[in-house]
Amino acid sequence: MSLTVRVKKALDAFTLDVEWSINNELAVLFGCSGAGKSITLQMIAGLLKPDEGAIRLNGRTLFDSGCRVDLAPQERSFGYVFQDLALFPHMTVRENILYGAHGMHKDMREQRASEMILRFRLSGLERKLPNRMSGGQKQRVAFARALIGQPKALLLDEPFSALDNPLRLEMQNLLKQVCREFPVPVVLVTHDLPEARALADKLIIYADGKIMQAGTPGHVLSSPAGPEAELLAGARDRDLIHVVCHPCNCSLPIAQS
Amino acid sequence: MDTSLLFSLRLSLQVASVATGLIVAIGVPVAYVLARRSFRGKEILDMLFTLPLVLPPTVIGYYLIVLLGRNGLVGRYVYGWTGWSVMFTWYAAVIASFVVALPLLIKTTRAAFESVDENLIRASYTLGHSEYRTAFKVILPLAKKGIVAGAVLSFARAMGEFGATLMISGNIPGKTDTMPLAIYSAASSGDRMQANTLVLLFTLISGSFLYMANKLNKRIL
Repeated sequence: MSLTVRVKKALDAFTLDVEWSINNELAVLFGCSGAGKSITLQMIAGLLKPDEGAIRLNGRTLFDSGCRVDLAPQERSFGYVFQDLALFPHMTVRENILYGAHGMHKDMREQRASEMILRFRLSGLERKLPNRMSGGQKQRVAFARALIGQPKALLLDEPFSALDNPLRLEMQNLLKQVCREFPVPVVLVTHDLPEARALADKLIIYADGKIMQAGTPGHVLSSPAGPEAELLAGARDRDLIHVVCHPCNCSLPIAQS
Repeated sequence: MDTSLLFSLRLSLQVASVATGLIVAIGVPVAYVLARRSFRGKEILDMLFTLPLVLPPTVIGYYLIVLLGRNGLVGRYVYGWTGWSVMFTWYAAVIASFVVALPLLIKTTRAAFESVDENLIRASYTLGHSEYRTAFKVILPLAKKGIVAGAVLSFARAMGEFGATLMISGNIPGKTDTMPLAIYSAASSGDRMQANTLVLLFTLISGSFLYMANKLNKRIL
């Protein structure tokens, strides 16, 4: 499983020009707001067309400006979790999750939905509408909906940005669990230092539409190649509190602030 | 209530119901295209559909005569093939009401479609659903209240249509005299009792529809 991205797009403030590839790992696109991270994600998903470049998932070409290939978002097999989660407000939790099981037989859809409800601890909430749920519950529904269709990669556009620290910790833990259970390439966009450090198998540092540095967290943090990477490396352990998450007892760092 | 009053009330409701049905069937797809698609001439198309809102009903009536009259651009062929003309029938009243009230539904529905969060539509696409299915499963349900409010407003406008209706369906007692036309006849012939009854009844019906439309509009805001 691999995701290869080489895209170029002229934007108002700068030209986005990036190239990276990942395997079955969690890659964090890290950088300041407006660096082009979310736009990259939209281009991968087919929601925005690059000016030129190529995007390949497991060897399958999703976009190639040279060959004039540009698959619609419906044909790309990505699970996408939006920053605002984009849960359908007129559908219940179960309906939201079922909506992600497109193209499956009805019995299979129902069975998969029940599995997802159990896996994401949503039992008892099936008939609730999203506006009657807490932030953490909504996050779990968004993950369940994105994963029920068995996507070939997962794209996460700052899904935890609106959460407070304890909930963010819980969701980071959930994401780690998701990565273990669904071994597909995962791309997480964030501008949160502790989150990037805590979750990344691979860090890709964005600045003004370019990649400043890419590599394992160990490599990037030990030899930072630009202000963004230095900032990330500077968020040393003394700036973080390690919180033990119950009931799984895993430890995750969060910023003291 | 006398029979002529009942006839006018029934005819007005019939004309407004049929016109509103046609308005919803045609206006919702038009509003969807105007809200969701980009193409050259889109705003000109919008202007053409909105024009009846600002034109005097007599101008619309005149256009309809030019188009549908026995010697009109379309009407002459219909008359040539069938020996029948839509002029001075209740169908003509439906056409007049349709043209005059269509912009209200298109404007309200377009705004409702445009207010649907773009991320919800994108989410539907990334979950594998086509534009057609997304329109039916996400966009239409979320714009439903706006569409219903537009339909109620169109119905109320169709009920009250007078000028264009008078020009193309005439004011034939027992045949094409809708409530506004019957009020005009009663007032001009000095039948105050009949005019008062019709006016009060009409105000009550139209007021109820506007009240419903306002409530629905508030809910979507």
